[in-house]
Amino acid sequence: MSVMERRLIRETSFGLTSKLWQVSWLYVLLLSALASVGYVALYSAGGGAEPYASRHILRFAFGLTLMLSIALVDIRFIARCSWPAYAVGVGLLVMVMVMGHTGKGAQRWIELGGMQWQPSEFMKLALVMALASWFHRASWDRMGNPLFLIPPVIAVLVPVALILKEPNLGTAVITAVVGFTVFLGAGLRWWKVLLAVGGIAGAAPIAYAHLHDYQRARITTFLNPESDPLGAGYNIIQSKIALGSGGMWGKGFMQGTQNHLNFLPEKQTDFVFTIIAEEWGLVGTLAVLGLLSLIVLGGMAMALRCRHQYGRLVALGITMNFFMYIFVNVAMVMGAIPVGGVPLPLVSHGGSAMIMVMIAFGVLMSAHVHRDAEFGEGRDEI
Amino acid sequence: MGVRRETKRTGVFTRRALLVGGVQLTALGVLAAKLYQVQVVEGAKYSTLADSNRVSARLIAPPRGRLLDRFGTPVANNNQNWRALLIAEQTEDVGGTLDAFSRIVPLADHERARIERELRRHRRFIPVTIREFLTWEDMASIEVNAPDLPGVLVDLGTSRLYPFGASLAHVLGYVAPPTEADMGEEPMLALPGIRVGRSGLEKYHDLTLRGRAGAVQLEVNAVGRVIRELERQEGTQGQDITLTIDADLQQQVLGHLGDESASAVVLDCRNGEVLAMATNPSFDPSVFNSGVSQAQWLEWTRNRRAPLINKAAAGLYAPGSTFKMVVALAGLEAKAITPWDKINCPGYLDLGDTRFHCWSKGGHGMLDLHGGLKNSCDVFFYEVARRAGMDHIATMANRFGLGVPLEIELPGARKGFVPTREWRIAQGKPWNIGDTIVHGIGQGFLQLTPMSLATMVARIATGRAVQPHLTRSIGGVAQRGNRPEDWPSMGLPDRELHAVREGMWAVVNDEHGTAPLARLLLPNVQMAGKTGSTQVRRVSREAREHGYKSDDLPWEFRPHALFVAFAPYDAPKYALAVVVEHGNAGAAAAAPIARDIMTDVLTRDPAGGNPIVPQRVAETHT
Repeated sequence: MSVMERRLIRETSFGLTSKLWQVSWLYVLLLSALASVGYVALYSAGGGAEPYASRHILRFAFGLTLMLSIALVDIRFIARCSWPAYAVGVGLLVMVMVMGHTGKGAQRWIELGGMQWQPSEFMKLALVMALASWFHRASWDRMGNPLFLIPPVIAVLVPVALILKEPNLGTAVITAVVGFTVFLGAGLRWWKVLLAVGGIAGAAPIAYAHLHDYQRARITTFLNPESDPLGAGYNIIQSKIALGSGGMWGKGFMQGTQNHLNFLPEKQTDFVFTIIAEEWGLVGTLAVLGLLSLIVLGGMAMALRCRHQYGRLVALGITMNFFMYIFVNVAMVMGAIPVGGVPLPLVSHGGSAMIMVMIAFGVLMSAHVHRDAEFGEGRDEI
Repeated sequence: MGVRRETKRTGVFTRRALLVGGVQLTALGVLAAKLYQVQVVEGAKYSTLADSNRVSARLIAPPRGRLLDRFGTPVANNNQNWRALLIAEQTEDVGGTLDAFSRIVPLADHERARIERELRRHRRFIPVTIREFLTWEDMASIEVNAPDLPGVLVDLGTSRLYPFGASLAHVLGYVAPPTEADMGEEPMLALPGIRVGRSGLEKYHDLTLRGRAGAVQLEVNAVGRVIRELERQEGTQGQDITLTIDADLQQQVLGHLGDESASAVVLDCRNGEVLAMATNPSFDPSVFNSGVSQAQWLEWTRNRRAPLINKAAAGLYAPGSTFKMVVALAGLEAKAITPWDKINCPGYLDLGDTRFHCWSKGGHGMLDLHGGLKNSCDVFFYEVARRAGMDHIATMANRFGLGVPLEIELPGARKGFVPTREWRIAQGKPWNIGDTIVHGIGQGFLQLTPMSLATMVARIATGRAVQPHLTRSIGGVAQRGNRPEDWPSMGLPDRELHAVREGMWAVVNDEHGTAPLARLLLPNVQMAGKTGSTQVRRVSREAREHGYKSDDLPWEFRPHALFVAFAPYDAPKYALAVVVEHGNAGAAAAAPIARDIMTDVLTRDPAGGNPIVPQRVAETHT
């Protein structure tokens, strides 16, 4: 079978078997490897398979099924769902504001199916989809038209404002960065990029003035963690101690004293990376970082191989979102940026975040499976 | 859409995606570099921090050593003490918990202030004492209300108990929680419930009684809960100390002091062991365990009988006539007189235009040393002092333990003061012969403690330079000074000492002696002694001529009454000194007390169980 023939089959036939054939099983393997890292770390955090590790792997199995199911859904159908999804996302954000569960001084959660869901997680995916859908048909010339850019800018600002209102500074920033990346991929002119970056840099001090006290406390603690060893800075100090004391080779599986003696707060969620660092050392952290890089690069590769703009932008946005998760989380536990309440995807304990990440990867894989799909003028118009 | 346009768009996306990918990789690379820095470059530092997190060295405070009297009766003991502690991290609202606690066991404002101060000082998992000495009822209601008192726990500690209470307060001193200044030197003192000696023997022997804390290295989790023991170093227990004090005798002596503001010291004159040293009024030392209320403190400090002052060791009095033995011995040593020299007492001594009166207006006539002491004739000792000179008197006083530091183990003990000519001249004032004469009867600048007067008598009685001391044995090991041979001879001729002792015998037992009230009513045993009365205010000539009567004076202006004695006369075993503040006359106020005390001492014979080789001094006299 020649390359042409194979491509023909891919373009014309979307049978279940051939679709499964098109799924990047290598990528599935990488994600499974990451989830296994999570299993090992959570096994240590819980001192056994219970209470975290076994549930973690069960959730991953569920997430994997969900991801593969979504991967098989036609990307053109997904594309048509973009704006409705966006509307649902904004609706949920408004809802959580009105009646959401208050956790740690912020309204972020919705109880659903025995789990607590953060609408902002879903919002990021919906925003990426909506923006990709908007820019799907945008030619290079059209990207130069400022009027064309106004609706997508509003589409970014509305959820960012709502998330800021929760308040959840970290997620709001990540949402803005992810949205901005989609703009970049869509061909935003460089001078506008510089303008936006400059504008944000100028607005930062003003934004700081409007921050909540706890957010400012985080920033001040970040600047000088030793100032309040048992208060807000405690987490950062203990997490750095855990990281640093791991050394080159680590203290060994289940041997982390910071972990097992409970010096690490919320170690099974946001600070799970410190367990890996303490018990497996630099070798372990670099291996995990390498794995994460492969997943990021794999996502970017899928974006590049996509032959339609919607798929490219969706893949770019989803990959960027994943990257932002890991960057913020790892930098956070090292005390390099303020604590942000951002989990390490597929490793941290916590159901809803993992499911959302897997759904996003499902969309990414669908874009990959359907990378050669033709968006027709009629039915596939979006 | 044209193919060219599509290609342009794809090209832009590819370049930008590669750029984004590059940025992402760079960012992850920066994280990796940062990880290398934290984990490898600074790894050692964080390892140390992790260990100091994990390992908590805890001190185990040994129980404080007991103080026992000479017969083994505990006089300072450790008592079980139920106390309520608060662990701040186990409650969300410390203030609320304390409020709830206050509703069950009311807390005073100063207690609350102390608790809050301690909470700020310690890490949140270190227990802080809320209240000690809980009654059973309080403890029960705390336990019942436990759900409303998160972070509160009740545990059993120890506190210091003084079974003899006020009677030994000045000797034993008291213990109190360490101050922040104390804690700097010794980490053990940070433990809850620990006490340090604040005065008396508790302070002097503090380190011995305290022992050395054991240390245990524990692995603890973040909330300070112990996971396992890593290493243990046993401490040394506080040692029991046996004192020379006879606690029952002490109480009897205190009883004899009655309501007077007075003190008495009883020594074993052969070895300087302090058998009793009572000060009246006294205070209850266990009050210091839990903290003294302001009202109580004011009551103590404003009381003119000064219950907080250890009068026996730190009260300063002019010795009056009790000093005359020293003057006599100074005169004998200086060859200024012999025991047989006679001096005429017309009732006064004129020196230039100053007239020094004898207490007896009509005078005593011709007297030798024996008669001078028996009658306590002032003129006789004016003359002896004049002949001997102040230098000899001061030197002799120092040899008898007056005006020099004694080895008594009481931090608050004072050495008193014996003036010298050099001292007066250094003050820029002349030393006149009149000053020497006044000091011949124990007045003037002399300021002595009852303890030093008792020491003086013990040295007169035995001819040995015994030092008063309170410690018999520490942890079962006998201390130096138990045996008479431990003490050097005074180096004074027996003949001279004998003459003085004989004079003291006459004071009590001669029918014309000045202290017939001191005569013992026991068969076959006699006491020798000397009275003393010392003015606290100068008596003007007019007052004297108009029939001065000290009984009419307000209490605080009346003379102090003193009596020093030893017994048995023929084989000296016990020496004592009694000072009754503002008691008017030694013969009337102090002598009967001395007699009663000595009667009890001889009856009990607390040193009897400690046979001592008969003294050469005593043998020669019988």
